[in-house]
Amino acid sequence: MLAKRIIPCLDVKDGRVVKGTNFEGLRDMADPVEMARFYNESGADELVFYDITASAEGRNLFTDILRRVASEIFIPLTVGGGIRTLEDFDRVLKCGADKVCVNSGAIADPSIIGAAAKKYGDQCVVLSMDVKRVDGRFRLFAKGGREDTGIDAMEWAVRGVGDGAGEIVLNSIDTDGVKQGFDLEMLDALAQRVNVPIIASGGAGKMEDFAELFTHPGIDAGLAASIFHTKQVDIKELKRYLRARGVEMRL
Amino acid sequence: MIAIVDYGVGNLFSLVSSLKALGLAAEVTGDAVRLQAADRIILPGVGAFGDARKKLDDTGLVPVLLEEAERKPLLGICLGMQLLFDRSFEYGEHPGLGLVPGQVADLRQDLTDRALKVPHMGWNSLRILRDDPLFRYVEDGEYVYYVHSYYARDCRPSTLAVSRYGDVDVTGVVRRGNVWGTQFHPEKSGDTGLRLLKAFGEL
Repeated sequence: MLAKRIIPCLDVKDGRVVKGTNFEGLRDMADPVEMARFYNESGADELVFYDITASAEGRNLFTDILRRVASEIFIPLTVGGGIRTLEDFDRVLKCGADKVCVNSGAIADPSIIGAAAKKYGDQCVVLSMDVKRVDGRFRLFAKGGREDTGIDAMEWAVRGVGDGAGEIVLNSIDTDGVKQGFDLEMLDALAQRVNVPIIASGGAGKMEDFAELFTHPGIDAGLAASIFHTKQVDIKELKRYLRARGVEMRL
Repeated sequence: MIAIVDYGVGNLFSLVSSLKALGLAAEVTGDAVRLQAADRIILPGVGAFGDARKKLDDTGLVPVLLEEAERKPLLGICLGMQLLFDRSFEYGEHPGLGLVPGQVADLRQDLTDRALKVPHMGWNSLRILRDDPLFRYVEDGEYVYYVHSYYARDCRPSTLAVSRYGDVDVTGVVRRGNVWGTQFHPEKSGDTGLRLLKAFGEL
């Protein structure tokens, strides 16, 4: 059977990896190529690179970094951030990305999902969603979690998968940065609605959080940033720990 | 020199980079003369079978590939492996190259557990059924990276390794004579994949 995946996420701004708490107060961390090498050797199953730069220079720097990472690290690379058009897909795929995340770009123009799936295949299109509870409902947020779209998140996911999204990254704004565990209630709600791989994001603080995550069979992968970057959780150790608890892991 | 067949499908960045990282000389080419001059050939591919077969036909390289497969090691990767078989049933019925007996069918149709996700995407462990020089540096049980919705079946005599998904043995590696195929992506399978490509470079 397929192994559960452990995925470090690298938020890249102006050529450096940064990670904030609750999306605010970004802190500089390290060089993305160095970190990618480190994670590859630690046994990460996939890497996610998020381009959080707004400028054209920053964007060029990002694709340059991506090319360098992709030319020496041979595990799946997923890229997101600022993806709005098929040209954006093309730009990062040519630099060695395997999968492309759309988030705000799909909210602005939902047809991008279908168009990209048709051109590159469903497996290439990852729908990333920032979700927060509003009045007891799961609501889709845009712009890095700052703007309530008013859209029902679960309906959005079902529609995205129908259009061809091959995987979903569900980031819970409610648990992000809090380090008290993944948002299992939100993840379960999503798993009941879609039949594509689900990557859980937001809330991991310790190894036990991953062990609990993978007792939920609908979840395929756990994604985190700061706890890996600060070496609070070591991926190699985490994977051994999970395997010892019966979770299928690639060691 | 390894010739990577260029017929306009898929992203060859990682494949080229991984061969380079191994110190193996490689070139992406759609030139029959270069394929004839190469000492081994890789047939890559992603996307849908029918479309890829048409693009391969359009290059006029099919007779060259069939001829070279008699003389030198040829490795098909992912859809490139599926193209090696007799036929595929992906959106209709399409003829393959007929280099390996068997056919390509919808994985979902053969899975009893309908809740299993298709595409079969992610890391799965490789169960080696028969030893082969391609596994010189790879051990039974190592994990490799798959992304596919169709799979090769009715090809047991040529099957070297499988990965279990639900109640299906997904064909992972095949061989017939000089022709090898991997359903997974060695160029995305970390160190395990690199070791497999290294062995291919030494065949």
